[in-house]
Amino acid sequence: MEGDVGYGGLAISLVLVAVALAISLRLRLRLERELVVSVARGFVQLLIVGVALALVIDPGTPLVWSWLWVAGIVVFAAATVHRRAPAVPRLFWIALVANGATAVVGFAITFGLGIFPIEGRTLVPIAGILVGNAMKSGIVAAERLVEALSEQRAEVEARLALGQPSLQASRPIVRSVLRTALSPQIENTKGLGLVFLPGAMTGLILAGVDPADAVLVQLAIMYLILGGTATTTAITALGAVRRLFTADHRLVALPRSTRDTG
Amino acid sequence: MSGSAALFSFESVSVGPSGARRLDGLGAELPAEGLTAIAGPSGSGKSTLLRLCNRLEVPSAGVVRHHGTDLAQRDPLELRREVAMVFQRPVTFAGTVHDNLREADPGCDAARAAELLEHVGLDAAFVSRDAGELSGGEAQRACLARALATRPRVLLMDEPTSALDDRAAAVLERLARRLVDGGTPVVWVTHSDEQLRRLADFALLLVGGRIDGSGSAREVTGGGG
Repeated sequence: MEGDVGYGGLAISLVLVAVALAISLRLRLRLERELVVSVARGFVQLLIVGVALALVIDPGTPLVWSWLWVAGIVVFAAATVHRRAPAVPRLFWIALVANGATAVVGFAITFGLGIFPIEGRTLVPIAGILVGNAMKSGIVAAERLVEALSEQRAEVEARLALGQPSLQASRPIVRSVLRTALSPQIENTKGLGLVFLPGAMTGLILAGVDPADAVLVQLAIMYLILGGTATTTAITALGAVRRLFTADHRLVALPRSTRDTG
Repeated sequence: MSGSAALFSFESVSVGPSGARRLDGLGAELPAEGLTAIAGPSGSGKSTLLRLCNRLEVPSAGVVRHHGTDLAQRDPLELRREVAMVFQRPVTFAGTVHDNLREADPGCDAARAAELLEHVGLDAAFVSRDAGELSGGEAQRACLARALATRPRVLLMDEPTSALDDRAAAVLERLARRLVDGGTPVVWVTHSDEQLRRLADFALLLVGGRIDGSGSAREVTGGGG
């Protein structure tokens, strides 16, 4: 294959990791350990994934293994969102529904409209790229929601004190959180081709596919990612905000709360 | 004072986990009329006591009653419109003063807005002012107008003058007195003995989450009023 990197090429690419390590050391960021762990972990994980993918996408392997893999991606994404915003009760289940919905909607469009055929080699990568991007926005939404409600507790309680229901009292914050969580993906889509050449397209071109075909695949994927991100973010934020108020419309105790209890 | 006549009654009320109680087995009754001042040092539970009255806080043990009715049985949204609250620091919402008033009363038209502003001593021209650009005293009065927009029967004020200069504080004190004279009972949290003596018809002194004294301002502050 023209794009064959080989282990030698991979080793050379580590030079930039060394640069990152040097920056961390020089600026005393204390990220060296995290950098080394992330590089090693990514290496091992992707090697295992590569081997497993080769088995799963083999035309002789039953499709059920691909579906199981997709389910694993959704569950892992939900667990990650939950871990990043532990202040939200039962966030795992909200994130499971949110990421699951993105996978379902994405698959319905991708396979229902015949953009790609349903095969092992399409199911797993598409779920990975859709849910992976949606999960990132879901994390931003959940984390930012907790922070914003904590920082702006005074405003939320001023609204509650006027007799506003919790969803109305938190609406300006939820709107702002959704904008924050969605804007990076919107900017990514706007900057397509101008600022960066996204992963799927780059990979296809490096692997020798005609750039025009690679562009079409990438565009389809970017639009799916944008829709999936909006779906996951909205479900996560709207689900999480309900968990952060009691049934009698009180804001629960949150980390970093500055409420005066004098 | 009987339980049903009391504006609020607190029966063995505790708030917070055992070992870190903000209120600890507190029992008290607030009179149905006049201005009741809740005083005490920082961290004594004054704000917590006030927040129990409109269910921004709920007791972990005990019962809070409003005119004899257990607050746990009341619809919290309806209760909060009936028992309005002004906070320590004025919190205005984005938009104009009129937008702020509409948050409390979506049907608040220009005439009603002018009436509310006049009630708190602000000129009708304030209606179109950006709420974020008001001075501290103006913002607190706009917040009071917003609280009054729900046509409350009781007003809770949580150290409403602590972030204001003396002149703005005096204006707010006069407004509270006018509300009381007009038949709206006010419960006012303060950490100032002087303010307590100036304002209170009835006073409650809290120390360490418990009642340390109640009665007239003179009785609670040990004379000098």
